[in-house]
Amino acid sequence: MSAEGSLSPEIVLAEMKKHGITHVVWLPDSETNWLYTLMKADPTITLVPVPREGLAFSCAAGLHIGGAKPVILIQNTGLMESGDSMRGWTMGLNIPVVLIVGYRGYTRHGVNKDTAATYTEPFLHAFHIQYYLVENSEDAPRISVAFEEAKKNQRPVAILVGDEYHGFNR
Amino acid sequence: MMKMEELLKVFAPHRGDAIVVSGRANRHWDKISTLKNRDLSLGDPAMGGHASFALGLALARPQNKVVLFDSEGDLQMSLSSLSMVAEQQPKNFVHFVLDNECYATTGGQPVPNAAKIAYDVIAKGCGYSSSYAYTNLESFQVNVKRIMEEPGPVFVAMKIVPEIENLPIGQRAPRLGKTKEQAIADLRKEFGINN
Repeated sequence: MSAEGSLSPEIVLAEMKKHGITHVVWLPDSETNWLYTLMKADPTITLVPVPREGLAFSCAAGLHIGGAKPVILIQNTGLMESGDSMRGWTMGLNIPVVLIVGYRGYTRHGVNKDTAATYTEPFLHAFHIQYYLVENSEDAPRISVAFEEAKKNQRPVAILVGDEYHGFNR
Repeated sequence: MMKMEELLKVFAPHRGDAIVVSGRANRHWDKISTLKNRDLSLGDPAMGGHASFALGLALARPQNKVVLFDSEGDLQMSLSSLSMVAEQQPKNFVHFVLDNECYATTGGQPVPNAAKIAYDVIAKGCGYSSSYAYTNLESFQVNVKRIMEEPGPVFVAMKIVPEIENLPIGQRAPRLGKTKEQAIADLRKEFGINN
C-alpha cells in the first residue's frame, strides 16, 4: 500500500504490463524519475525517448501499426505542444494509444497558479480526448479503463497524473 | 539534381521485400512498386512526423527492412528526430530524404537555408551508422545496392528536381493509390498483425 495521497510507480508499471505494453515513448519530467528507474530495469519494456513531445505521437503510430503496443508518457506542457501531431498521427490513423500525462500545476481544483494546468483540460476537450484523473494509487484502476477504452474506440485516451508536485513515491 | 521518378526506378530493383513508407514520393512510387501490401502511403498526417513514424515501424518490425522516403521540409520541422533514430540504432532502417529545396506543394517557396544545408552531415553527427549525399543519378546507381545491404540506420540525402504544384488543392490529382486506412490494413494483414 502506498502512502496516502501518492501514486506508486510500481502500480503504474503493473498497469502497463497488464495491458501488454512493449514500448514507452516518452520525454521525462521532473517527477517521473522513480518510474523511469523501474521501466529501465524491466526487460519487457523498451524506452523510446523523444526530444520533443509531438514526435511521440508519430512514433507511437508506427509502433502500433507494426504490431507493438506503445504508451506515451509526457507532461501536460508537451501535450499541448503536440496538438497537430496528435491529431494527424493518432486520431487521424485510428491509433489506440494511452497518454499518461503529468498534470503540472494541478491543485485539486484549488487556486491555480500555473497556466499549464489552466489549459490542460480545455485542450483535451477541444480535441475530444477522453481522460481520467489519477491522483493516487487508489485511482490506478482508471488506467485500465483508459487502455480498454482506447482499444474499443481506436483512438487516444489520456490519464492525467495529478500527483505531479509530489512525484512518484516508493 | 535527379528526377524523383527516375531515382525511384533505380531504387526499385534493390527494394527486396522491404516495407516502404513512400511519403511525398508516392505519386510516382505507386506506379513503380510491385509489392503493394508492403507500401505504406499515408499522405501527410502531420508534417514533421515521418522519420519518427518510420522509426516506430522499424522498432516494431525488427525482422523487416523499413525504407522511408522523407522530404527535407518534413525533416526540417523535426530535425531532432535524427537523434531519436540514432539512439535506437535500428539496423533495419534506411532513411532517404528527397531534397527539392522548397515547399513544392505550396507553390515552391524555399525551405530555410535551402541550398546550403548538408543533411547527411547532420545525420552523421547525430549518430546514424552511415550517411550519404547524392546529386546525380549515376552516383546513386553505383551505390544503391550497397546502401540497401548496409546495417542501419542509413541516411541518404538526394537532391531532386522540384515538382511544384500551383493548382488549388481541390483541382489536384490524388496522390494516394489507395486510402491510408486501406494501406494500413493491407500492411497489417500482410504480417498477420491484429493488436
